[in-house]
Amino acid sequence: MDPKQDNQKETPENGLRHRHLLGLSDYDSDEIELILETAQQFRDVLNRPIRRVPTLRGITVVNLFFEPSTRTRISFELAEKRLSADTVNFTASGSSVSKGESLKDTAQNIEAMKIDMVVLRHVSPGAPHFLTRCVDAVVINAGDGAHEHPTQALLDLLTMSDHFESFKGLNVSIIGDILHSRVARSNIHGLLAMGANVTICGPNPLLPIHLDKLTDKGSVRVTHKLDEALEGADVAMALRIQMERQGRNLFPSTREYHEQFGIQMKHMKHHKDLLVMHPGPVNRGVELASEVVDHERAVILNQVTNGVAVRMAVLYLLSGSRLET
Amino acid sequence: MVMEPNDIIKAQLMDARDLERTLNRMARQIVEMFELDEADEDSFALVGMQTRGVHLARRLQAIIAAVDGIKVPVGILDATMYRDDFRTRSKQPAVKETKIDFNVEGRHLVLVDDVLFTGRTTRAGLDALTDLGRPASVHFLVIVDRGLRELPIKADFVGRKVPTLPGEEIRVRVEELDQMEGVWLVEHRENLYT
Repeated sequence: MDPKQDNQKETPENGLRHRHLLGLSDYDSDEIELILETAQQFRDVLNRPIRRVPTLRGITVVNLFFEPSTRTRISFELAEKRLSADTVNFTASGSSVSKGESLKDTAQNIEAMKIDMVVLRHVSPGAPHFLTRCVDAVVINAGDGAHEHPTQALLDLLTMSDHFESFKGLNVSIIGDILHSRVARSNIHGLLAMGANVTICGPNPLLPIHLDKLTDKGSVRVTHKLDEALEGADVAMALRIQMERQGRNLFPSTREYHEQFGIQMKHMKHHKDLLVMHPGPVNRGVELASEVVDHERAVILNQVTNGVAVRMAVLYLLSGSRLET
Repeated sequence: MVMEPNDIIKAQLMDARDLERTLNRMARQIVEMFELDEADEDSFALVGMQTRGVHLARRLQAIIAAVDGIKVPVGILDATMYRDDFRTRSKQPAVKETKIDFNVEGRHLVLVDDVLFTGRTTRAGLDALTDLGRPASVHFLVIVDRGLRELPIKADFVGRKVPTLPGEEIRVRVEELDQMEGVWLVEHRENLYT
């Protein structure tokens, strides 16, 4: 009987239920939807003559990067600047970390300088969770080991939502090194929460076991054949072969990998509507043939643009939760 | 009938017909003040503030189109990113769409909102608008001015002045959004038990 009240339940006026963004595994579809909707509005800001809004004026964000990163760090930094937040950058090299300071001490020292939010990239899975127990600041995970990289998955979801009406029944195939990939893990959580069908594909040693136990939101189809993964797929997400994360050789050679799992022009011709995504940086001629990277149905640069918008949305939506205790 | 949780209706200030009359009068005032004619489609525009201001701006647009045959563009403005109560809120309000398809540079604008109260939303709206360009002028239209200003802001076109007390709220409801139409004065209690 009260339209206004019903309205408020549908659109989550009350913001996110979470205080931090540690991963997408415990984010529900309505929270993810709120982030994507908010990101669309912030993306418009990026196209204006003045690409800056005063929204986070007076908020201090520390970008704590214990692992090398170019685009994620720049993307976060730009998002913070576009929102008028004050930013401090911290990278592990040339800091007290190289003198043996622990994560906890580093974080507590930085927090003693009065900050509101921390964006953390760390080599150890669970480092952001650990950080939430040492500091009061809001923590955003910018990638922790092979665990999660939630803002990457959110920008992937935003890019998909630009091309498809709904996630329900959308067929997404994630191809490559799933085992070492935090991008894959976050995407699986996010996509399943939104109702998409997920297929993973790669050489056997690069596929994790017990994927069926990863989440209770749905199941993931597994295949070792690229053709099976691409058949009926709306989106093919190729993952970077992460040379730095492989202690031993898990496949014979990059050339052989490209032959078996690389997306090539013949695939683009055969699958006329297939959208190709890649979290970058691309190894041309390995995960994707060079012509595929430049193909009109490869939306890799759209992903990068969406990254700034999604991070603005996450920073905005979580910025209020610093007031909670 | 409840307007919002914890609302107690004290009086209905306008029904659908009153609101229509008020909008008709304001449309006349706008056309007269800006001496609008067909050539002004490029030099004048209405800008509706999210959410109900957008619907009110569209009503004004329709009236001016029907009576004067002049097509006035309507823009949509959301000022959430420019609000000043950011540091005091624990949950951020949803950011809604801003959609202004015309160039605001050098254009005469009328900002449209349902209620003028503290003036803070208007201030945010003006900042949002001027970040999009440098309009020739900005005028301000509201259906209800309820007083209790906290900033030096005033409206150029006022539907009705209704002095209110702290704890009271004005609810403007439009058919397109609320399935009901009119203006109500309500008592709003944040917490009924304290």
